[in-house]
Amino acid sequence: MELKRVVVTGLGALTPLGKTVSEYWDGLVNGVSGAAPITRFDASKFKTQFACEVKGYDPEQYFERKEARKMDLFTQFAVIVADQAVQDANLLDESLDKDRIGVIWGSGIGGLRTFQEECVNFANGDGTPRFNPFFIPKMIADISAGHISIKYGFRGPNFVTVSACASATNALIDSFNYIRLGMVDIVVSGGSEAAVTEAGVGGFNALKALSERNDSPETASRPFDKDRDGFVLGEGAAAIVLEEYEHAKARGAKIYAEIIGGGMSADAYHITAPHPEGLGARNVMQNALKDAGIKPEDVDYINVHGTSTPLGDVGEAKAIEHVFGDHAYNLNISSTKSMTGHLLGAAGAIEAVASILAIQNGIIPPTINHLTDDEQFNPKLNFTFNKAQEREVNIALSNTFGFGGHNTSVIFKKFSE
Amino acid sequence: MSEIAEKVRAIIIDKLGVEESEVTPEASFTNDLGADSLDTVELIMEFEKEFNVSIPDDQAENIATVGQAISYLEEHAK
Repeated sequence: MELKRVVVTGLGALTPLGKTVSEYWDGLVNGVSGAAPITRFDASKFKTQFACEVKGYDPEQYFERKEARKMDLFTQFAVIVADQAVQDANLLDESLDKDRIGVIWGSGIGGLRTFQEECVNFANGDGTPRFNPFFIPKMIADISAGHISIKYGFRGPNFVTVSACASATNALIDSFNYIRLGMVDIVVSGGSEAAVTEAGVGGFNALKALSERNDSPETASRPFDKDRDGFVLGEGAAAIVLEEYEHAKARGAKIYAEIIGGGMSADAYHITAPHPEGLGARNVMQNALKDAGIKPEDVDYINVHGTSTPLGDVGEAKAIEHVFGDHAYNLNISSTKSMTGHLLGAAGAIEAVASILAIQNGIIPPTINHLTDDEQFNPKLNFTFNKAQEREVNIALSNTFGFGGHNTSVIFKKFSE
Repeated sequence: MSEIAEKVRAIIIDKLGVEESEVTPEASFTNDLGADSLDTVELIMEFEKEFNVSIPDDQAENIATVGQAISYLEEHAK
């Protein structure tokens, strides 16, 4: 059967750099750091006392109080960015067939604060179970997609993918597949995460995964720098409306870019450590290129996973050199996590938006906070350090890798008929 | 109005996000105040916590209006 073409017709973003897509993009191209001391709880006894939180967030700006109370923060973020994208793509049009509109979302963890609070309440009681009836429907990761479908009446496929930090990219790939197979016309995809809680920071600290540079939060996320010491936890969300091309064309939708390929692989190596030679990263990019039917030389920009951990960045850089050969040195590579921090299951969503906007604007957002070269990286690789670069981008690839050894890549292309 | 009645009304206003004027004795949680089945479970739990009582399920089923909640709690609150 002939696969259908799939295009991007709507975007939404709520990130540590701003609460709209345009604020997010402005932050990215200007090299702004979203890191600051943690405000969501008292972190004074934690090894890491900073994170990339969404600044100045007030749920009552978006929701009735009663409505907000029934949603964990990760779901509030999901509903807000989905609404931005739905409006952007004009999906409120009553003539659309809502049975053919799905919601496929990604979240690595789900309602962590809800889970933490309910367990603490129980532990502090006398053993009588007094769990709130909203506990389970606030906590479960899939409720984000449920809320979005209920709000708009989208009755197509509806679920959430969970693959740690690869979650949202898995959601995008699933959405892409169902649309190109003709099973659905439109999918509101994306991802959201809100894990800046005691359990989230404490848990990642115990894994020694987080930067502990408390004296300089804004320079802590420094992917590919010699002195990188872990990732910076971020929170937020992004939504991407994917739509079958003929469907988009027929209704005159604005088209941001085309999604042309997705790749998946597993490291099959270790629960948290990446493969030292980047074997899974190598395979996933090759799988995505093959799926897209393009050559490595066709790619202009890679938005890397690049979390700023000592091991992860090395494996990914090796994998890029392996897959792209000499073309690796012509690519622009950047880790926008240097600015946003690591949004875990939402990373793939906000980085897909960054990749799509890089294509649209002809600007590569930078990898900020580069101070010292690391001899582990080939100096011929262009990591777009510290300043955005102008470049015509026809094809952009975005990588995300998750604990458990899950690897995903998606490829976006400048749209032309 | 009794102290208990005032507290009950405050809980209902808070949890259901309704206006004070809507919370009349005859108002039904589900029919008039927009509560769904989960909201009513949560309300009962809040009453139990606030008034330090345990409301058995078969009695909770009979608490469907503001007035019924107030009279149950006036009778049973410790």
